Amino acid sequence: MTACRHCGLDVPADSPVAPAFCCAGCAAAYDTVEGLGLDAYYQRRCLDPAVRPLRPDEDGAPVDYGAHVRDEADGIKALHLMVEGLHCAACVWLIESVLARQPGVVSARVNMTTRRLVLRWRACETDADSLVASVAALGYRLVPFDPAVLDREGERREKELLRAMAVAGFAAGNVMLLSVSVWAGHFQGMGPATRDLLHWISALIALPAIAYAGVPFYRSAITVLRAGHLNMDVPISLAVVLAAGMSLHETATGGPHAYFDSAVTLLFFLLVGRYLDHRARGKARVAGEHLLALAATAATVIEADGRRRIVPPTRLRPGMAVLAAAGERIAVDGRVTAGTSDVDTSLINGETVPAPVAPGTDVFAGTLNLSAPLTVEVGAVGEDTLLAEIVRLVEAAEQGRARHVALADRVARLYAPVVHGLALLTFLGWWLWVGAPWQESLLIAIAVLIVTCPCALALAVPAVQVIASGRLLRRGILVKSGSALERLAGTDTVVFDKTGTLTTGRPELMDDTAIDGDALRLAASMAAASTHPLARALVRAVPGAPVAGGVREEPGRGLAVAGSGGEVRLGSRAWCGIADDDHHSDGPELWLARPDAAPVRFAFADRPRDDAAEVVAALKERELAVALLSGDRGPVVGATARRVGIDDWHAGCAPGDKVVRLQDLAAAGRHVLMVGDGLNDAPALAAATVSLSPSTAADVSQTAADAVFQGDRLEPVLEALGVARRADRLVRQNFLLAFLYNGVTIPLAVAGLVTPLVAAIAMSASSVAVIANALRLGRGRAW
Amino acid sequence: MTTLLYLIPAALLLGLLGLIAFLWALRSGQFDDLDGAAHRILFDDEPGPSQRPREDDPT
Repeated sequence: MTACRHCGLDVPADSPVAPAFCCAGCAAAYDTVEGLGLDAYYQRRCLDPAVRPLRPDEDGAPVDYGAHVRDEADGIKALHLMVEGLHCAACVWLIESVLARQPGVVSARVNMTTRRLVLRWRACETDADSLVASVAALGYRLVPFDPAVLDREGERREKELLRAMAVAGFAAGNVMLLSVSVWAGHFQGMGPATRDLLHWISALIALPAIAYAGVPFYRSAITVLRAGHLNMDVPISLAVVLAAGMSLHETATGGPHAYFDSAVTLLFFLLVGRYLDHRARGKARVAGEHLLALAATAATVIEADGRRRIVPPTRLRPGMAVLAAAGERIAVDGRVTAGTSDVDTSLINGETVPAPVAPGTDVFAGTLNLSAPLTVEVGAVGEDTLLAEIVRLVEAAEQGRARHVALADRVARLYAPVVHGLALLTFLGWWLWVGAPWQESLLIAIAVLIVTCPCALALAVPAVQVIASGRLLRRGILVKSGSALERLAGTDTVVFDKTGTLTTGRPELMDDTAIDGDALRLAASMAAASTHPLARALVRAVPGAPVAGGVREEPGRGLAVAGSGGEVRLGSRAWCGIADDDHHSDGPELWLARPDAAPVRFAFADRPRDDAAEVVAALKERELAVALLSGDRGPVVGATARRVGIDDWHAGCAPGDKVVRLQDLAAAGRHVLMVGDGLNDAPALAAATVSLSPSTAADVSQTAADAVFQGDRLEPVLEALGVARRADRLVRQNFLLAFLYNGVTIPLAVAGLVTPLVAAIAMSASSVAVIANALRLGRGRAW
Repeated sequence: MTTLLYLIPAALLLGLLGLIAFLWALRSGQFDDLDGAAHRILFDDEPGPSQRPREDDPT
């Protein structure tokens, strides 16, 4: 088979525009691109198999985007769209160039990181529908969204941190420069007037910087203090503010020591840690927003007059007619009113074989419509749908997980009171016991606060996490939640789902040697005309089978072709006229009925992923318990379990059963890693201590899981566990380093021996040591 | 020592310039799409009439 010149998919034999293109839409798209002189696109692009192929939708009935268009000044309108089908940077270039060549377009800019397109045009010259259609005709899917509903809070926070970091960095550099002269002056006999001048200049730089760059810490400290708790930000804020205040006092009274440099560098290092922490989760946040916005903005409603409108799901009402195009997820729970098709319900119940649907069948939100467009009458919306029910289960289960307290917070909870106590004792000790003046006692107490300040401690966790997430990201594993690595490291039990997780979720022909060769070839040549998953499996089983002409497809039933002695049929039992006798019916099957021969049965099974058995063995070798929980029937689950070497398996589990089973394990003190993909797994993913899900999983499952992995292999599970364990070891080493450093400097500080020079050197040295230790994670094997 | 009186302001001024340049870049959205910008340079060989819009609306 040849690949389509536009979308790169295989060209089916019955294509009207064979052999160059797979369908008329692709041919038209290619012409458009060539006509605009942009055909360099085809040399420059690299197709990503994980992304939606660039095949234009067959029926391009006009869609009204009016609801999402926003007015701007001077008759310019803007539309924000999510782009599906962005393969690489060449796609960005193509979309921007095509739009830029349309009359009336003011600007079109695709953000490759967030996969969003901002389109601006002059309202008098063109309109949204035709602009969007020009890009949709190339095969991209554009979904309008309201930028206001997306969570801008995280983005704003990140920018604030970056600004604070820039200011603190500037101040730290300059104040350090001045401090070096002051220190040098101590030994070379700088006059007190010059020293005071340098102190004043330092104060001038440091005080505004401390006031501005410290805000993220002050805000968090005040919030927890109001709630009656302590966190790491309380000693940080206290140390920075007191050090600045005391240094100002010293400067004003002409004293020899000012700690402006310590205060500002402390802030700078802490902001670096905080920013890294934020940044690591940024990518995952964007991905999550993309999924949620897609689910939340797109439902195509067919009006009474036949016009189509994309409306937000909140505006759907029972009784409306909603269109589900072939290959699209059905947006609502409802009843089919027009069209026959096959619906992939694997996300709901784990079934591999698509269920045929016809007018009158009930369908559920989140299922995938495979072969032909369907019109669905909305039965339930929003809170009443099965999808919403599952989301509620997820939320309930997630509340349990929120109780996990990150290691850094547990340390902080112990550390903060100790630091405060120590500083207070130092102050009282020097003032009352030694009899020093209170200013000097306060000075020493503040020095204690500065050196104990958890600079290394605050860097220890984020530095390791950033490097661990970066390493995993390069292997195609996206870690979404901050404490996921920590929870992964403590895992002692791994629970797998079957369909789509342990298996590929794609049926394969079984026992093909036992089947008559002629029948197999005939069936494969008929199947080549269909896109049904079982038909594709037949085609894969017979490479190079000729493609039969004149094949007629009845969606949901089967295929038929006129043969020499009568009609040859390939499809379900009923389609081939075979009595339903319960024999051999454990699993997906196809029948071939020929006029002059006995019917032939093709049985299919979902094969385990290539490395499933190896991964299970490797997990067992590392003394992890492995279990299998599936919604599928007993014999099928048992067979898969034996094949990959899992002894502990349970079949026929409803979503609730899986949660109960996981809760039992948790009650027995096990730390469970759940690996699953289906919508039915989503509550279990949320209920487990930590969860992984393949990138082919349902949106809800990807949202519920702590990490998402790409690819056809299960090996990422091992990699994630390995990296998490190493990261955990490094975090503990870093804590040890930080405590060792404190063990040396605290006695010095309490004894009143810490000058600004000692504080600066000790602080920088410990931060660098912690970061250097974290960098080791980037290299070497995971286990 | 009197050189300090103009050397320190000069150093501060240069540092401030860098800081302002960075804050300007941040505000004007140059840190919004780090992946896209890296690849864009490979394709921008034939700028059209509105190929280079103002990046004033970070999304």
